[in-house]
Amino acid sequence: MNAIEFVGVHKWFGSFHVLRNIDLEVRPGERIVVCGPSGSGKSTLIRCVNRLEEHQRGTIRVDGIELTADVKRIDEVRREVGMVFQQFNLFPHLTILENCTLAPIWVRKMPRREAEEVAMRFLGRVKIPEQAHKYPGQLSGGQQQRVAIARALCMSPKIMLFDEPTSSLDPEMVKEVLDTMTSLAQDGMTMIVVTHEMGFARQVADRVVFMDQGEIVEINAPAEFFGAPKHERTKAFLSQILR
Amino acid sequence: MAAPANSAAWVRTRSEPALPAPLFSRGAFAWARANLFSSLSSSLLTILMLALALWCAPPLIEWATVKAIWSAPDGATCRAHQDGACWAFIAHKINYLRYGSYPVTERWRVGLTEILGASLTVWLLWPGARHRDIGAGLFFLVFPIVAFVLLVGWESLGLSHVDTLLWGGVFVTLVTALVGIVFSLPLGVLLALGRRSHLPVVRLASVIFIEFVRGVPFITVLFMANNMLPLFLPAGWEPDRFMRPLVGIVLFSAAYMAEEVRGGLQSLPGGQYEGAMALGLHYRNMMRLVVLPQALVLVIPGIVNNFIGLFKDTTLVAIVGINDFLATMDNATKDTIWSGPTIQPTGYAFAALFYFVFCYAMSRYSASMERRLGQGRRR
Repeated sequence: MNAIEFVGVHKWFGSFHVLRNIDLEVRPGERIVVCGPSGSGKSTLIRCVNRLEEHQRGTIRVDGIELTADVKRIDEVRREVGMVFQQFNLFPHLTILENCTLAPIWVRKMPRREAEEVAMRFLGRVKIPEQAHKYPGQLSGGQQQRVAIARALCMSPKIMLFDEPTSSLDPEMVKEVLDTMTSLAQDGMTMIVVTHEMGFARQVADRVVFMDQGEIVEINAPAEFFGAPKHERTKAFLSQILR
Repeated sequence: MAAPANSAAWVRTRSEPALPAPLFSRGAFAWARANLFSSLSSSLLTILMLALALWCAPPLIEWATVKAIWSAPDGATCRAHQDGACWAFIAHKINYLRYGSYPVTERWRVGLTEILGASLTVWLLWPGARHRDIGAGLFFLVFPIVAFVLLVGWESLGLSHVDTLLWGGVFVTLVTALVGIVFSLPLGVLLALGRRSHLPVVRLASVIFIEFVRGVPFITVLFMANNMLPLFLPAGWEPDRFMRPLVGIVLFSAAYMAEEVRGGLQSLPGGQYEGAMALGLHYRNMMRLVVLPQALVLVIPGIVNNFIGLFKDTTLVAIVGINDFLATMDNATKDTIWSGPTIQPTGYAFAALFYFVFCYAMSRYSASMERRLGQGRRR
């Protein structure tokens, strides 16, 4: 069974056609990097996976569950899919530890003590256990994003979505976040990553998906994607960003 | 150390030390110069204001202290000294001002309720207090019942029934304000959420309620609560005459509260909702744990502004025949034993002081709470 399946998916924002006939299968444990110019629909694509956006035509199956308007199924999918955002979206009124234990306690119904142990384990994994009792506003951008990753991991998701996780970071903090994601990939997590970090794509991705104007233009293994892109638009895009 | 002009490259050889700030930027003298005498017009204004204060304040203070009559058996002394306040009148009437016509032998019940309410309020509002969840439970669940039993009476407990007709004074003002504050905030939050709901019927109902209540004067709401509430209830179920304006004040204040809270909800970035949804939180938990705690902190100044407005608006219940503090003060000044030219100014000055103390306390508390709760948001 595929981890994620898009079959003939279309989406419109009003009359604007943002996703056009998307077909994509992600196997369990696979690392997909989605890239493309801004406005190409890459963020919308992954936001459809946990139904932050609703698609209007076609089928999306996540871990075998088809996404419909049925709230129960959406809940089930969101429990299994973790997401990391460009703007971190940590809860500023809660401490780092509380950010991490909130969903396990209220969604997974985990006892507080146990949730805190789990949270401390993952905060250790992203290398900031000593910040557990601070508030998000007291941390650097890179640290906040690592907390966001830990927070998602605390729900023990089967799939992780990353929506431009390094785009709002200062340059010197990009590496610490990418390193965390790389180590996650090495542990066999199923990941879809929307990013402009081509070094990360080359090193970590199993396949690179290139999108432009709402459609998938090319899917390829990183070596071929960067070494011998097939489509003209891919070539044009790569020549813009890899100077 | 500047870069020499003749070469493009320059490398620092030693770090610049951090120096203390220059002296003239600190201290009382610098403060006065920056804030009071920074320019010619500001200096003139400072002098003008100082003169105005010297002209107004001393006579007022003299009137209230040195020339005031502090004790007297009746109004004769006060009539003889018309250039000072007649505090003896307040001292003489203090029990009437506190309890209205509540039976003298039963007034301990009011006092006990006030002490209970005050201690629970302090427990809830004290930043370092322990077990505030227990305090909240007592305040919101147990205290209303105890207060009701104590104030209204329960014959089988030996507490004789006291009709609300006899209620009056400070405790009526406090009960009105407390009921208004405690009920209007949750109701306002529900209305604000309703107004932003995805369900069209809920949204429409909230909008109609808010816009209607905000669109009519408070006095109209009071009259409507007074005269129309009985029509909505089953025949023979006559709501108490004190309860009617209470319902009115809660509904009125809730509509304003709802708009404050909506402002807070709207100013929260959408990422907070998305972050909560992506974690699998349901609407109720998302609102309760993520959205409202932040939105409410953002609008504390507005909420407290409403509370202060509500506290002062309690004086309007007098219009439907409730003897609040201001109304009892008004009655007290009509006592012929005390009548004299200084009685009314004294009475209203005292009333103004009473309202000011409560409103100022609320304002200061909200400012300190903002600072405390704002910690997490600091970036």
